[in-house]
Amino acid sequence: MMRDAKAIPIIGPIDPIDPTGTPWTLPYRGTVGMVCLIVAESAIFIIFVVAYIFYIGKSLSGPTPAQVLELPIFGTVCLLSSSITLHFAVAALRKGRSSACTAWLAGTVLLGSIFLASTAREWYHLIHEEGLTIKTNLFGTTYYSLVGLHATHVVVGLIMLSLVLGFSFFGLVREEHSEKLEVLSLYWHFVDAVWVVVFMVVYVLGR
Amino acid sequence: MSLFPRRQMTGCSKVRLASVRAFWVLVCCVVLCRCTATAESPTSIFAPAATPAHSIFDLSMLVLSITLAIFLIVAGLLLYALIRYRHRPEDAHHEPAQVYGSNQIELSWTVIPILIVVMLFLTTARVIIGTQAIPKPSNAMNVTVIGHQFWWEYRYPKLGIVTANELHIPVSNVANSMPTYLNMSSADVVHSFWVPRLAGKTDVIPNRVNTMWIDPEQPGLYVGQCAQYCGMQHAKMLIRVYAQSPADFAAWISQQKQPGRQDFAGNPAAAEGHAVFMHNACINCHAISGTVATGRFGPDLTHLASRDTIGSGAIQNTPENLRKWVDDPNSLKPGCLMPAMHLNDHDLDAITAYLTQLR
Amino acid sequence: MSTTQVVEGIDGTLTARHGTPPLNVVYEWLTTVDHKKIGLMYIGYALIFLLIAGVEAMLMRIQLAIPNNHFVSPLVFNQLFTMHGTTMVFFVGMPILFGFGNYLVPLMIGARDMAFPRLNAFSFWVSAFAGFLLYFSYVGASGLYAAGAAPDVGWFAYAPLTAKVFSPGHSTDYWTLAVFLSGIGSIGTALNIVTTILCMRCRGMKMSRMPLLVWLYLVMSSLVFVTVSPLTAAQIMLTLDRYLGSHFFDTQAGGSAVLWMHFFWIFGHPEVYVLVLPAFAFVNEIVPVFSRKAIFGYPAMVAASVGIGFISLSVWAHHMFTVGLGAAANTFFVFATMVISVPTGIKIFNWLATIWGGKVIFATPMMFCVGFLFQFLVAGLTGVMLAAAPFDWQLGNSYFVVAHFHYVLVGAILFALFAAFYYWYPKITGRMMSETLGKWHFWLFIIGFHLTFDFMHVPGLLGMPRRIYTYEANRGWGGWNLIVSIGAVVQAIGLLIFVYNLVQSYFRGKEAGHDPWDAWTLEWSTPSPPPDYNFAVLPTVNSRRPLWDLKHPEDPDSDYE
Repeated sequence: MMRDAKAIPIIGPIDPIDPTGTPWTLPYRGTVGMVCLIVAESAIFIIFVVAYIFYIGKSLSGPTPAQVLELPIFGTVCLLSSSITLHFAVAALRKGRSSACTAWLAGTVLLGSIFLASTAREWYHLIHEEGLTIKTNLFGTTYYSLVGLHATHVVVGLIMLSLVLGFSFFGLVREEHSEKLEVLSLYWHFVDAVWVVVFMVVYVLGR
Repeated sequence: MSLFPRRQMTGCSKVRLASVRAFWVLVCCVVLCRCTATAESPTSIFAPAATPAHSIFDLSMLVLSITLAIFLIVAGLLLYALIRYRHRPEDAHHEPAQVYGSNQIELSWTVIPILIVVMLFLTTARVIIGTQAIPKPSNAMNVTVIGHQFWWEYRYPKLGIVTANELHIPVSNVANSMPTYLNMSSADVVHSFWVPRLAGKTDVIPNRVNTMWIDPEQPGLYVGQCAQYCGMQHAKMLIRVYAQSPADFAAWISQQKQPGRQDFAGNPAAAEGHAVFMHNACINCHAISGTVATGRFGPDLTHLASRDTIGSGAIQNTPENLRKWVDDPNSLKPGCLMPAMHLNDHDLDAITAYLTQLR
Repeated sequence: MSTTQVVEGIDGTLTARHGTPPLNVVYEWLTTVDHKKIGLMYIGYALIFLLIAGVEAMLMRIQLAIPNNHFVSPLVFNQLFTMHGTTMVFFVGMPILFGFGNYLVPLMIGARDMAFPRLNAFSFWVSAFAGFLLYFSYVGASGLYAAGAAPDVGWFAYAPLTAKVFSPGHSTDYWTLAVFLSGIGSIGTALNIVTTILCMRCRGMKMSRMPLLVWLYLVMSSLVFVTVSPLTAAQIMLTLDRYLGSHFFDTQAGGSAVLWMHFFWIFGHPEVYVLVLPAFAFVNEIVPVFSRKAIFGYPAMVAASVGIGFISLSVWAHHMFTVGLGAAANTFFVFATMVISVPTGIKIFNWLATIWGGKVIFATPMMFCVGFLFQFLVAGLTGVMLAAAPFDWQLGNSYFVVAHFHYVLVGAILFALFAAFYYWYPKITGRMMSETLGKWHFWLFIIGFHLTFDFMHVPGLLGMPRRIYTYEANRGWGGWNLIVSIGAVVQAIGLLIFVYNLVQSYFRGKEAGHDPWDAWTLEWSTPSPPPDYNFAVLPTVNSRRPLWDLKHPEDPDSDYE
């Protein structure tokens, strides 16, 4: 039968297997949380990529990728370089060199903004000169949604990075925050990795 | 302080629980057998009348017996354990032996289910291939089925016939094998063609052609209905399949090939109705062969009076019902896409007279 | 009305905390980031929606009790089944399971709160808003046939029925947006649970020592990331189609209706595993305690749970056997679906082995677990039947399927939830629920359940498709439907008794103390209800059942690990 369970002392016995008390370390929750978010976002992107691939060649009319798309080399180089500058920013912060970190962060935000601008330019050209909108055909639908979803993530990333840049500029970002900056950089590297996939699928495979 | 009522749920109550459960299982079995035996429902999957339905029936018997056996064994063991190992008052102060696991046992009840799964899978695969991956015989009857909200269009391309809501096909047996192949697509949303006694269902999807085949052995009427929610009147998108002997089918074909009847001798109302029909919006949606009405949005009406029902099985095809339908279809099938035509009584009578002579 | 809270200090002294004015209480709950309060809000919210969706079900059952009935119009019926399904999955199932997870996981791993308390609160409020948004559609949407139209496209909202041309007005958009927001909340909470489990376990609690409930919530939350996201993506696509004129599912422009089905079911099938894994979690904790034995085969249970999580991602097209994917695709999905029955069966056998050789106590939580075991067995077996694709060609989209999934959702998941309520209510409130009322609840509910869902299989076998607002009298379905509807009434009575029990026990239940069930996991070492900080000193554990070790120092589990 169930007996009256008396109050159980909350402190457990000292671990007999390890009485010396070696540190009990678990992963940093910021990193784990960001990885989870990246997994979820990857799943969303995969669905858009699948839709893109599924509809390659199925448009009934309108411009095709080969007709209107050009390789966005410049923007890509900028975006991928921004990952490198961010990596250096994190490395600098880990060593406590806040002003170097600020400089590298500024570079990251600049390069990311240039990428966005180049995408904007490309879209202007496609809409006004090639007549390709999201409504035009299946290619337009899948192209704008996939590249647009990515661009939205870039915007969010840039907002976060600019915030950190601002804080860093006023000397509020120090060595003890390096783990948190690293979590943000994980997000940014993810955004870049997605661009690599989008680039391959849209501009290489699909054309 | 005991936290359990004096009259604890002892083994007696547990046996009661178990017997209640066993009782229900027995009731379900009896009920099921009764249904399958008498097949009083015209849509029972246990009364197959064509090869696809037969092969599914055979597979289902195998699957049912295996799952029933598994249920009896596992549920039996569970029942036994709950009764045999129930807590008794003398057990009050000591815990049973704590057994944490056993690798051999885990292995055995992993391997045995895997074997059962493999066997079930292979049997199932054989039926799938036998239904979906066999070549089409050259003498098959081809019918194009187009699903609409909320009616069925049937076209016989090689025979030049277009009709609606009632599918006539030849019987097919060992002596005279003539399966009917249905090539199906939809004009709007996703539907599903299901006549349980003939075959499993196949979805009818826009921008896609799905094919299924049926070969009813006996002449008769086989009913079914749309099985994929398609909007307001999904419930009344009924299917009627008339399997006919070769002679009857040939007669039906030649009748359907005739243009719309215009037998107005001694029937001035029908003549007037013809005029009303051709001068109203009816012709935008409906077609009557041999007239200016060539609309394809609604059912072909050339031989409307030869059909047993209107509104795709929604109501019996009688003159009173037909008049009510033309007056206000939504009163009989709310949500159907035919609007009320706002005709006056005189025109309604005339049109009814015209339509009822379209045999 | 002032409140008094009695707090037990670490040395056993009791202090009374008096009088917080009602407005302060409201403010406290609105702004709380405490996982226990958030968990309770999730559960309370879900119970309200359970009652609403139950009323929707009752209305449908009245309409279907006899052929050619005119109790509700076709439009209203179509809205009822859409809202019933959507509500039950997204605004009852997900919140109530996240609620229990929120409450129990930190306690069971010896933590003070979740990893991200503010994200926790945000996720709850987003989900709550989403439910409100869905129901606002009854009042605020506009449809073709009536003002104030709730969505009527079915809970899986197949394209192109959801296109602007076939569903004008905003009713579909309410569905899309509400479910989208609920998905955001789900991903947030899942993220929280995974991070908490990986990063905040108390000292000594290696992964192999976590309670099975924690393992199952880890698998379930990980599954949420890859399950809910495809639905989110598909809903973005649907909204782009409806408002920006894109053509994802526009068959006139070459788009594919089947693509929506794939995306939806890539979500939809793992989603049912997301719902059932926590049910397994509850049973994993309750059955051992009431059999007085450790769970049999802990490593196998972990492996089976993880296996189920992975395999569930590969079976989705068994919802599409009738779509015409071709023999090869159909065969693959038959195989994958049948394979998932193997780890599921392993779990059932392990539960059986836990009971075997134990000393089973039939308190209310255990009775609901026993119901779960039999009913989940049946549900799994009807699932195996449906996995045989040709059989599914007949029975897919019929009442046989409706019976099957209600067997899982009600017979397994809801029963496990009832067990969880009765088991953890003492911990949450400090009071025991009435055993007498519990027994009444159990018997009424199980009789009603079987009346409804056993007999519901029959119309399916006799050719009755689902989602029809009425049926012909000559089909032979009328009698069965009547029995099904009567069972619904019996279940409703049982449910009302349960709700009454919940409320009256709070005021008049017996004091529970720390550990009324003589259980073995960490939450039973705290006072009931636990203080805000959970543990005065974070514990150290040496085995899977830390309290067993403390109660049985002569034979601790740690000797066997």
